[in-house]
Amino acid sequence: MAGYEAVIGLEVHVELRTKTKAFCSCPNEFGSEPNTNVCPVCLALPGVLPVLNRSLLEYAVQVGLALNCEIAPFSKFDRKNYFYPDLPKAYQISQYDLPLCRNGYLDVEVDGYTRRVGITRVHMEEDAGKLLHGEGNPGYSLVDLNRAGVPLLEIVTEPDIRTPEEARLFLENLKAILQYLDVSDCKMEEGSLRCDANVSLRPAGTDVLNTKVEIKNMNSFRAVQRALEGEVQRQRSIYESGGVVFQETRGWDEDRGITVVMRSKEEASDYRYFPDPDLVPIVLSPEEVERLRRSLPELPVARRERLIRDYGLPAYDAGVLTASRDLADFFEECVRVYPDAKKVSNWVMGEFLRLLNSQNLEVKQAKLSPSHLVEMLQLMDEGIISGKIAKTVFEEMFNTGKRAAQIVEEKGLVQISDEGELAGIVEEVLAAHPQVVDDYRKGKRKALGFLVGQVMKRTKGKANPQLVNRMLEERI
Amino acid sequence: MELFELTAHELADLIRRGEVSAEEIADSVLRRIDQVEEDVRAYLTVTRDRALAAARAVDARRQKEEDSGPLAGIPVGLKDNLCTQGVRTTCASRMLENFVPPYNATVVEKLYQAGAVVTGKLNMDEFAMGSTTEYSAFFPTRNPWDLSRVPGGSSGGAAAAVAAGEAIYALGSDTGGSIRQPASFCGVVGMKPTYGLVSRYGLVAFASSLDQVGSLTKDVRDCALVLNAIAGHDPLDSTSVPMEVPDYTSFLTGEMKGKRIGVIKEMFDEGLDPEMAEVVKKGVKKLEELGGIVEECSFPHAEYAIAIYYIIAPAEASSNLARFDGIRYGYRANQEEGKELDLQELYLRTRSEGFGPEVKRRILVGTYALSSGYYDAYYLKALKVRTLIREDYRRLFQNFDLLVSPTAPCLPFPLGEKLDDPIVLYLADVYTVPVNLAGLPAISLPCGFVRGLPVGMQLIAPAFKEGDLLQVAYAFEQNTPYHKERPPLQGKSPAEAVEGG
Ligand SMILES: [Zn+2]
Repeated sequence: MAGYEAVIGLEVHVELRTKTKAFCSCPNEFGSEPNTNVCPVCLALPGVLPVLNRSLLEYAVQVGLALNCEIAPFSKFDRKNYFYPDLPKAYQISQYDLPLCRNGYLDVEVDGYTRRVGITRVHMEEDAGKLLHGEGNPGYSLVDLNRAGVPLLEIVTEPDIRTPEEARLFLENLKAILQYLDVSDCKMEEGSLRCDANVSLRPAGTDVLNTKVEIKNMNSFRAVQRALEGEVQRQRSIYESGGVVFQETRGWDEDRGITVVMRSKEEASDYRYFPDPDLVPIVLSPEEVERLRRSLPELPVARRERLIRDYGLPAYDAGVLTASRDLADFFEECVRVYPDAKKVSNWVMGEFLRLLNSQNLEVKQAKLSPSHLVEMLQLMDEGIISGKIAKTVFEEMFNTGKRAAQIVEEKGLVQISDEGELAGIVEEVLAAHPQVVDDYRKGKRKALGFLVGQVMKRTKGKANPQLVNRMLEERI
Repeated sequence: MELFELTAHELADLIRRGEVSAEEIADSVLRRIDQVEEDVRAYLTVTRDRALAAARAVDARRQKEEDSGPLAGIPVGLKDNLCTQGVRTTCASRMLENFVPPYNATVVEKLYQAGAVVTGKLNMDEFAMGSTTEYSAFFPTRNPWDLSRVPGGSSGGAAAAVAAGEAIYALGSDTGGSIRQPASFCGVVGMKPTYGLVSRYGLVAFASSLDQVGSLTKDVRDCALVLNAIAGHDPLDSTSVPMEVPDYTSFLTGEMKGKRIGVIKEMFDEGLDPEMAEVVKKGVKKLEELGGIVEECSFPHAEYAIAIYYIIAPAEASSNLARFDGIRYGYRANQEEGKELDLQELYLRTRSEGFGPEVKRRILVGTYALSSGYYDAYYLKALKVRTLIREDYRRLFQNFDLLVSPTAPCLPFPLGEKLDDPIVLYLADVYTVPVNLAGLPAISLPCGFVRGLPVGMQLIAPAFKEGDLLQVAYAFEQNTPYHKERPPLQGKSPAEAVEGG
C-alpha cells in the first residue's frame, strides 16, 4: 500500500427485532410464507395511516447512546419518494434532515492501536418488500411484502476508516454492541444486517478527496474485508497506471472475488424528501433519554474491563469472551458456581469456541450449558477424570447434551486411582522397557514421561497420571 | 311533510316516540333517491339492501327497548373517499373504480356503531380535487336549487344529497373548503372540525396535513349530533389528538351574548359578488342584534393563502397518490396485443389512463414543487407563509372569539362554465383555504338567497373551540328562516339534461 491510503466510510442497515413492524401491528418475523405478515397499512391500501411503534424509537435511542451519539430532542419522519414494485406506498418513511442521533463514535482496537470511527448519524426508517424474480412464469416477478415496514436503523460513519481490516473490525464491534443491546439478530446472510461501503484512495498523509466508489452486496464480514481489499487494489492500479477512477456503484462478486460495476452514478435520483404529514414529530424529553440511558445493559468495552478487574483474566481472554454477549454470559454463569476463572476461560475460549465454529453454531444453539461445563470441571477436581478424558467428555456433552457423569459412566471413563489395579500394568511396562528404565536411573528425567505414557496407553488414558508417576518412581 | 325532508334530530324524536320506524325512514329516503336522483346525480353507489337491513336491525333493537342513540336509524350518505368495508370506494376515479376496501374508515365504523343507516357513496371531484364535482370521472352532480348549476365541490354529491333529501345528513371531507363551499352552494350546514379532532383513518388521502372529515347537515343541531358521533382520539391516526370530547349539543343554548366577533375585511372586498356581500353583511348584523360584539379586523396574509395552498396540497397529493401504480390493486393498464408492458410502461400507462386531468395537473405541480432545486423556492417558502397565516389567526383570536366571512366569493356557477379555467376555479375556495392551512374549525351556515340561490356565511373558531362555533351558529339559526328552505325539486322531470364533464 506504499504511497496510497484508503478512505473508507460505511453505511450499515440493521433490521430491528421489535415484535411488530415500524408503523403497523403486523408481526416482525423472518421466514414466514410470502405475504402473510401484511395488513392494509403495510400494503398501503388507500386511506390507511402509519402509527409509530414506540419500541422502534426506544431501540434507536439505545443504539444512539451506545454509539456515543447526541439524541435529538426534536426529530421527524420524512418521505423518500420513488417508484418501485416492492415499495407499496411509493415512498419510504425515513428521516432526512433531522435524524434521531448524530455525532457519535465507536473505538476499534486494531493490532494494538485504537481507531476512533465517527458516527455521522443514526436514523430510523422502514424496510421495503422483496421481489422474487423468475419463479413460476419467467416473464413475471412476484412481490413479497412481509418485509415491507420492518423497522430499520441506518448507521452512517464518517470516512474515518483506513484499512479493510479496520472496516471488518468496526462491523464486528458494532455487531457486538447491537447484540448486547438485544435489538437485532445481526444476521448478514438473512439481511438483518447489511453494509455498503464508500472507498476512495489518496496519497498517504494528504487530505485530498478523490472520487469514491460505492460497494454493495457484501453478505459477510469477511466479504466486506475482501471486497474492500479488492477495490483498494483496483483503484491503486488505476492510479498507478495514470488512469481515472469513475464514481460508480460496484457489487461484490463473492465467487470471482472481484467488484463489478452495477451502475454509473451520473443521474442522481431526486427523492423529493418532505416531512411525512401523517406522523407527528418525535419529541423526546431529557428525562426520557436519561431513562433509556439508565436501561442500557453493560456494553462490550465495560464488560471486558470488568472481567479483567473482577476475575483477573488476561486482556486477551477478556477480549475474546466479551466479543459476544452470549459467550460472556456463558462464562460468567460458569464462574458464579465455579470460581476458577482462568480454568473456565480456557475451556470456553478453547474447546467450546472450537466446536461452535466447526459446527457453525451460535452459543445459544449449543446443547451444552454452563452447568455441563461446571460439573465436568468438578469431576476433574475430584480426580474422577483426567484432563485428557475431559476433552472427550466435553465433545460428547457438546454433541449430545448428556451430563458429564452420565458419559463417564456409560463409557467407563472413570480414572483408575487404585494402586492395586495399576500395579500389574506398571510392572509390565517396566519389564518391557529395561533400556528406558536404565536411562532414567542414569539421570535422564525425561524417560519417566515415556513410561507414564506407556501406562496411559495400556489403560486407554484412564490411569491417574499423578499416581502413575509416583508408582513408577517408587519402583525404579 | 315527508320523512326525507326532516332533520336527523326530528326523525330521532319520531323514532323515540314510536311514531315511525327506521325502516319507514330508510324507505322514504330511498324512494326520494328514486324520485330525484336522475336529476341530481349525487350518488355513485346506492346501497339499498344494506340500508334496509341496517334500518331493520335498528328497529329490532328498539323492540327490545334498547336505546341506540340519536343517530340510530337515520339515513346517511358518505363521500366516496371514505372507505367502506365491502362497498366500493372509488374517489370518483377510474383508478379506484372497482376498489372494495376490506376495512371501514374510523368515522364510518363509529357511525355504524351509532346505528347509522348508510344509503350509499356520494359523488365528488376525483380524489377530492376540484370545486364543482365536475371533475368526477363518472358524471357531474347538479345543484338541487338549479339543475343547470354546479353543487360546488369537492363534496358536491354530499351537499346535493342532503339538500335534495336524498340523505338526512352526509359525511364529506374538507381539504381547502370542500365541505363548506358546497354547503354554501347547496344551502346546508357544513362543518370542518379542527385538524386532529376527527380521525382521518380510512379517508383516502389528498393532502394529509389539510384533510379533515366533517359533516353536511340540514341544521346546526344535527351538526352537533354528528360531531358527537365522529370526534375523538383514534389510535390508528397518530395526528388525532388524545383529548376529552364534550357533548356538543350542550352548547346549543340559543344564547350568544358577549361573543366577540371579528369581520375579516379582506373577505368583503372586490372579489366578492356584491349582492352576496349584502346578504352576508345582513347576517353579520343579525349576529350583532343577538348580542355579539362585532368589529372589523384585518387578516393580512389572506392574499397568499391560495398561492401556498396550491403548492402544499399538490405536493402532498403527488406523494399520496403515488401508490396507485397498477401493481397491487385498482386500475391497471391493459397489455397490448402480443406485447408485454415493461415496468416503466406499466406505471406510465396505468397512471395516464387511470387519473383525470385535474389530478394529473396537481401531481405535476406537486412533483415540481418538491423537486430538488425548486423545493426551497416553493415548498419551503409555502411552509413559512403557512406559519405567518397561523400567526395571523393567533393574533386575531386574542381579540375575538370567532371570525366571520362569506363562505364562497360567488354563487353556484353554471355547469361547464369554468371547467377549462382551473385558476378561476381555484378562487372559489379563497375564503375557506386559510382555515385548513391553520387547522382550525369552521362552519358554513345558510344566511340568505340571491336570485333564488343559497348564500353561506362562514364562522371560524380557535382550535378545538367547536363548542363556541356551534353556540353562535345555533343562535343565528334559531333567529333566521334560511335553513328551513328546501329546493323546489319534484323529480322525474323531463330534466333539461345539461351535459358536463
Ligand atoms: Zn402491517
